[in-house]
Amino acid sequence: MGEVIVITSGKGGVGKTTTTANLGVALAQLGLKTCLVDADIGLRNLDVVLGLENRIVYDLVDVVEGFCRLRQALIRDKRLEGLNLLPAAQTKDKTSVTPEQMRTVTEELRQEFDYVLVDSPAGIEQGFKNAIAGADRALIVATPEVASVRDADRIIGLLEAAEIPPARLIVNRLRPGMVRKGDMMSVDDIVDILAIDLIGVVPEDELIVVTTNRGEPAALSHESRAGEAYRQIARRVRGEEVPFAEMDEPAGFFGRLRRIFGQA
Amino acid sequence: MLNLFGRSQSREVAKNRLRNVLAHDRADTSPEFMEHLRADVMRIVSEYVEVGGQGVDLQLQSVEDHVALVANIPVKQLRRRGRPGNN
Repeated sequence: MGEVIVITSGKGGVGKTTTTANLGVALAQLGLKTCLVDADIGLRNLDVVLGLENRIVYDLVDVVEGFCRLRQALIRDKRLEGLNLLPAAQTKDKTSVTPEQMRTVTEELRQEFDYVLVDSPAGIEQGFKNAIAGADRALIVATPEVASVRDADRIIGLLEAAEIPPARLIVNRLRPGMVRKGDMMSVDDIVDILAIDLIGVVPEDELIVVTTNRGEPAALSHESRAGEAYRQIARRVRGEEVPFAEMDEPAGFFGRLRRIFGQA
Repeated sequence: MLNLFGRSQSREVAKNRLRNVLAHDRADTSPEFMEHLRADVMRIVSEYVEVGGQGVDLQLQSVEDHVALVANIPVKQLRRRGRPGNN
């Protein structure tokens, strides 16, 4: 029986959907049957990040309202065996699903999949409550910014109150060069302040923009540093011990050269 | 902590601002937290002094770049030897 993991952040725009898509790809690459659930009803995005927007027939609300069976709403990713998407509805709003219905859907999905990743909407209202309803555990995405870490702290409190086991942290869009110059909080700074365990660090990577433009998640290719970070997170999600690579050292000669001139 | 231009590094500024804002957020979102702290402070302090008036007034205050826990405790009189259990 599979595990249901919610990916959440409080603040919008920190990379929840990108994280969900890439983590899903990385888990499927490990041979694990994975279903991604877009819980952001009314603002559907996970489909376009995955490049599956043209294949949607039914969505989460159709399932909940009984217009189709769950299996009919799932989209199989043809690029990668084992990766599936349950899309959100675009024309409804967040109140069209209740936490109880969400729990029923994730319970059914976990019968068939090794991992069910739920992409939470921003905020702490109904959409967030739906997203966490059926979750066994949570991954919190935060960028090294005051507003993002503050919202993450609030989310940690709400997850504790909902009795979801201690969440683990993904620090996203880290710029090691700025940290070295003293102009960005480090991973240790953030972990220290939030007092939760780290599960991964994703460096800022321009390739994320390019791959998202194309609808081909970065984790599909082996050229992206961010993609590599997501593959490491996937292995930690399934319980492997993966050492945390030192983010302070840009790779190779040009990295060292850039470092001498103080650029990220 | 100061760079060439005499400004403190923004990483340190961010950390201080975060600690400050989170202290208030955590206290605000969990009223029991301050209530438990107040009760515990009251229990310890009253082993040494006889507390007067309404008892302990505890507040988080932002002072320059840090958060202070400020207590105002009206004292009726000091106990002769501290901790009554040790008399």
